[in-house]
Amino acid sequence: MTDMADGPQAAVAGRTAPIRVVLAKLGLDGHDRGLKVVARMLRDAGMEVIYLGLRQTTDTVIAAVEQEDADVIGLSMHNAGHLALAPRIVQAVSDAGLDVPVVIGGIVPEADVSALKEMGISAVLHPGASAVAVGEAVREAVRGSLGDRPVHD
Amino acid sequence: MTEPGDLLERAIAGERRALGRLLSLVEQGGEAADEIAEMVHDRTPGEAPVIGVTGAPGTGKSTLVGHLVKEMACTGGQPAVLAVDPSSPLTGGAILGDRIRMDGVADGRAFIRSMATRGHAGGLALAVPAALRLFEASGFGPLLVETVGVGQVEVDVTRTADTTVVLVAPGMGDAVQANKAGLLEVADVLVVNKADRPGADDTRRDLEHMLDLGRITGLAQDWRPEIIMTTATTGTGADQVQDAIQAHREHLTETGQLEARRRSRIHQEVLDRVSQELDAAASQYLSTQPAVLTEALAGRSTPAATAAKISKRLLSNQPPS
Repeated sequence: MTDMADGPQAAVAGRTAPIRVVLAKLGLDGHDRGLKVVARMLRDAGMEVIYLGLRQTTDTVIAAVEQEDADVIGLSMHNAGHLALAPRIVQAVSDAGLDVPVVIGGIVPEADVSALKEMGISAVLHPGASAVAVGEAVREAVRGSLGDRPVHD
Repeated sequence: MTEPGDLLERAIAGERRALGRLLSLVEQGGEAADEIAEMVHDRTPGEAPVIGVTGAPGTGKSTLVGHLVKEMACTGGQPAVLAVDPSSPLTGGAILGDRIRMDGVADGRAFIRSMATRGHAGGLALAVPAALRLFEASGFGPLLVETVGVGQVEVDVTRTADTTVVLVAPGMGDAVQANKAGLLEVADVLVVNKADRPGADDTRRDLEHMLDLGRITGLAQDWRPEIIMTTATTGTGADQVQDAIQAHREHLTETGQLEARRRSRIHQEVLDRVSQELDAAASQYLSTQPAVLTEALAGRSTPAATAAKISKRLLSNQPPS
């Protein structure tokens, strides 16, 4: 095996933690192609992706976030349920006493974005978002929520 | 930042989020990890069975582990799983996709943690035993470690388990493959998964022959791994795997090998730790004293000769010249 980084930083590279993202789709929403693409984008952005995939519930997502010590939740939504599901996941995060931002991606009308932000969603990504934009949105969400953890750039 | 001592008390009291955080700290290594290691030392008698599960990618390890966890939870255990997946050597990123195969088991008694290899062989070798001790200190057991059996380090990690389960799938190759050195040799329990697929019986036969030959050459010791046919997608055979793990454990206890394995595990961990320290010292030396490479880079000295000179200097603790 080789070190991730060459040069002087190599010795300390293992001490800075990559961002850990839990990716999931909630309920009966079977379009997971986009989520798989996002998983790959975030992997290539240097993050550790805990991929839960289809048919998750707020409970399974929260359980994964706790056990995996995730920094951020990414939810994919393609069934027009975002306005109903967003408040539930935000509530579940807060009920669990967690301070973990939620990013939503998928088919979300522009008109709903401000409502989602008011509900506590950190960022909304639309179809066509570039890999750079996806990575940056997730990184920005983590930066905005946590002060005491080193963010791996 | 919350103190490790406080986190440990909360983890012992059953707070999963605190255990999750502690696992991140031991994974990152450094002072916090050392502090945690000291704190959990008295709380880890090392009695929780450790089961390694390994095999080639896609053979069904995670799916089988999901069923084993259910079996263990049903019989009064509180299992914890450490699922290791590779990090990208280029970006450091990883897709940790084991949890998706263990649907529904982590909501109840079990605890599942995914771990990326993070590109540092020594780091993984140290993080795994540290994580297992945290699990035990928090009241979990049995403990399962799942790794992809593609690299020596990953194989080593499972070899430090009490019992190693190796999965193969039909179509793994012929009898020559079965007799190659490597993963199959370290198995205490052999599983032919995807047994509903064509060729499963051929695979079983090749494995039986491999074990027979081990007996003829005299290398095989007193334990002959049982070969179990499973279909992990339906859970068929998972109970037999669980029985075989139990039988192997009884064998280890009766023959005194359990204690021997534990001692060799500690030996290995100390060795890994020393190797990592030396590795870090060497990297540090090369990056702060690039001039030592000049002769080798210019072709006036071989890499081996340069390395020998540096090693001698590092080990005798002489100041760099």
